[in-house]
Amino acid sequence: MSGNTTTTEKRKSIFGSNIRQFGILFSLIAIIALFQILTGGLTLSPGNLINLVSQYSYILILAIGMVMVIIAGHIDLSVGSVAAFAGIVVATSMSQWNFPWPLALLFGLLVGAAIGAWQGFWVAYIGVPAFIVTLAGMLIFRGGNQFFGNANTVPVPEGFTVIGAGYLPEVGPTTGYNNLTLLLGFAIAIAIAVREWRARQVQKTMHSDSSPLWASLVKIGLLDAVVIYATFLFAGGRVGTSFPVSGIILGVLVLFYSFVTRNTILGRHIYAVGGNKLAAELSGVNSRRVDFLVMMNMSILSALAGMIFVARAGASGPQDGLSWELDAIAAVFIGGAAVSGGIGTVIGSIVGGLVMAVLNNGLQLLGVGSDLVQIIKGMVLLAAVGVDVWNKSQGRPSIIGLLTRKRKVTDPSTPPPVVRPDAGASETSRPADLPSN
Amino acid sequence: MAAEHVILEMRSITKEFPGVKALSDVSLTVLAGEIHAICGENGAGKSTLMKVLSGVYPYGSYSGDIIFQGAEMRFKDIRSSEAAGIAIIHQELALIPELSITENIFLGNEPTKWGAIDWIGAKRTAYELLARVGLRDDPDTQVKNIGVGKQQLVEIAKALNKSVKVLILDEPTAALNEADSQHLLDLIRGLKGKGISSIMISHKLNEIEQIADSITIIRDGRAIETLDIAADGVNEDRIIRGMVGRSLEGRFPDRTPQIGEVFFEVRDWTVQHPQVSERMVVKGSTLTVRTGEIVGIAGLMGAGRTELAMSIFGRSYGNFISGRIFKDGKEIVLRNVGEAIEHGLAYVSEDRKALGLNLLDDIKRSVVSAKLSKISAGPVVNDAKEYSIAEEYRKNLRIKTPNVEMGVSKLSGGNQQKVVLAKWMFTDPDILILDEPTRGIDVGAKYEIYGIIQALAAQGKGVILISSELPELLGLADRIYTIFEGAITDCIDGADADPETLMKSMTSAKKKVRSI
Repeated sequence: MSGNTTTTEKRKSIFGSNIRQFGILFSLIAIIALFQILTGGLTLSPGNLINLVSQYSYILILAIGMVMVIIAGHIDLSVGSVAAFAGIVVATSMSQWNFPWPLALLFGLLVGAAIGAWQGFWVAYIGVPAFIVTLAGMLIFRGGNQFFGNANTVPVPEGFTVIGAGYLPEVGPTTGYNNLTLLLGFAIAIAIAVREWRARQVQKTMHSDSSPLWASLVKIGLLDAVVIYATFLFAGGRVGTSFPVSGIILGVLVLFYSFVTRNTILGRHIYAVGGNKLAAELSGVNSRRVDFLVMMNMSILSALAGMIFVARAGASGPQDGLSWELDAIAAVFIGGAAVSGGIGTVIGSIVGGLVMAVLNNGLQLLGVGSDLVQIIKGMVLLAAVGVDVWNKSQGRPSIIGLLTRKRKVTDPSTPPPVVRPDAGASETSRPADLPSN
Repeated sequence: MAAEHVILEMRSITKEFPGVKALSDVSLTVLAGEIHAICGENGAGKSTLMKVLSGVYPYGSYSGDIIFQGAEMRFKDIRSSEAAGIAIIHQELALIPELSITENIFLGNEPTKWGAIDWIGAKRTAYELLARVGLRDDPDTQVKNIGVGKQQLVEIAKALNKSVKVLILDEPTAALNEADSQHLLDLIRGLKGKGISSIMISHKLNEIEQIADSITIIRDGRAIETLDIAADGVNEDRIIRGMVGRSLEGRFPDRTPQIGEVFFEVRDWTVQHPQVSERMVVKGSTLTVRTGEIVGIAGLMGAGRTELAMSIFGRSYGNFISGRIFKDGKEIVLRNVGEAIEHGLAYVSEDRKALGLNLLDDIKRSVVSAKLSKISAGPVVNDAKEYSIAEEYRKNLRIKTPNVEMGVSKLSGGNQQKVVLAKWMFTDPDILILDEPTRGIDVGAKYEIYGIIQALAAQGKGVILISSELPELLGLADRIYTIFEGAITDCIDGADADPETLMKSMTSAKKKVRSI
């Protein structure tokens, strides 16, 4: 037992606050390792990795928006249709109305914003459940896509394809690697070190027990090793390919939305509304505004995902974005969000999405048919959330919930009491005269 | 009395919840064909006792015996107590609004003929039952289309269908108007004539005096006394004395009030029930608060205390009808909670788990959650400031926790309440409305919270304290308003107040508002 505790302690000091988030990361690593063996090294080959990122970046972008919607206590079923609609509108704007592609890109985001405002209005200000509003949206915008494009495929010009099929260009001396990818990788490695060092400074000013220096060094060492390994893989692909532009867009969005959800007032309000709407409103939170913004944001990201897909495919078609909403929702729940709202993280959802992506990709590499792939994905989703729920009902802490919630010190042996209005709570601790509304 | 034999006896019932002894050694004897009233302050243990009797708390979760019609009963749920002939009618009615009267009466007890529900027979029985309770509505009417008073009668009809011997009524007239109340009381009296005993929990002492044969008074989880209304010559004053008699010494920290001028005033405040438009939950109430003053609001369950407080706090309850709020001599309009916080109001709700806290959050996030702008640069929250502020409150309010990153759901009730207080102190309010701030909290934490309340008043803030515990109001408040059926009935100086006068003004509509 003592050996066990010390390893836990050590792990804790290395990963610090994010120890639990690393749990789900470990399962991702395990899946990657498994497929790496099964496919005989194909999974972690440069070509496959590059392909993986560009193939799943739009699902991951959707997962970012979806986790915010789910934290706020809603759901969005319309993302695939909205993506398809925005895609066809943007493609048409370029092919028929001769919009230059940067303008078309902006136009697409505006279309997403308008759709989001529409759906957000119904959810936040009329009070129709998001499930219904977005189910309607799913039909409306799928139909809209086919109506607008006459159920035809509309090609997009060369310039536009950069956001979906583009790579970091080749510049500088011939090193055998893509130089910009190398630079980007090294920059990230340095950023990780700087961030850890600054976190230590903050810990010092907050007088909390800062973890020992060696732990920080090990942490930086591990993370940077992974980053540099990945950097050489991405940079070492076939000439002309490297880290995809869509992956960069994804990375920027992950950083931005992680910051928004963790460090801004709006982010706090999203968690507050999802965690306890009444308490949030009694604390002065404008819950309608929060609902409106998360729904609107989701549609903007859907439009972006749709455009990236169209750029990658080279054309917009009537079947674009089919069942994307399910992949995005699955990613969020595998990533530890709670159906009842209030719990979830952007990073967790990205990792959840990567679990699905690697699974999909690995099974395809093994030549497993799409019928079996779907069955396996469904089982994984059910198992991941099922284990979590079962743990909770056994009075044990929710693994996924804890994995993705940022708590520096929590005692997992004492789960929070289950609060039921009328069971076991003492007579006096219950409200006797709540207003009868 | 016609039949002088005992139908129900509860012997030495003791029921404990984690950390609280809700009932200790309570005995109750009900005679066949009598109306037995149970009285006590809020939280005294009346409802718990009835839940033990009706099987909501099953056999084994309490100690003591229930003897019904000469046999010991071991109810494992409500169904088994109903099968024996004991039915409870809750204050919140358990009818399904979308179903018809007939369907509700037979819910869970449907008569069948060859495997299908015999609706024709059911309707015939429903007619008979409705006639017995004096309801002339069509049994096909949906329950949502009849008023609360009639719904109450449907509940009773439902109980009669199960050939009930003892009917438990929890605050049956709380939501009814005068005429409906009278009808219901007549009905209960009529059932008595047919040999059905009733146990009635009520705060309306005049009704008890009018209808009950005997009364058991419960205080702090103990049965204090059982009185025969006629033989002992019981009147309202006698009941009140039984309900409140206890000493106040040593329960409150010492304090020398430093009271200034009136700076906050609510004038002619009227609020409509959010769903029932003809019902006013607050009626023309006026109250004033001076700087450094603790103003108490005393009222029984459902009197409109919380409704008054929440409607003042940015109209967060009901529909605003009329009224004005003045602060520092200027009229202010608070249309939402955000504006109320901006104008220096704070409201600590009576239900900290449902309305006060996000139980998924940790302490530090909870403390700053009502005024994030105070620790933010633009839209970005400053984590370091949040931490140091939470630490400060942890030390000052002595919140017992290893650190401020602990989830609030893991704290005890008293410490959770301190977090809620910290959350509102952080907003720098001038007026704090505290709604049952010590509900469900142990004695030690109560004392500390009293200290915090007094310290806030000493800073010159105005405190409005709503409490069901009269000793708490008497021990803390400088002035006490009493509220009855949504209207303020009296304003008594803290020094002159005693439980009897307060209870009198809390249970009668006699208007005698004195101003200061």
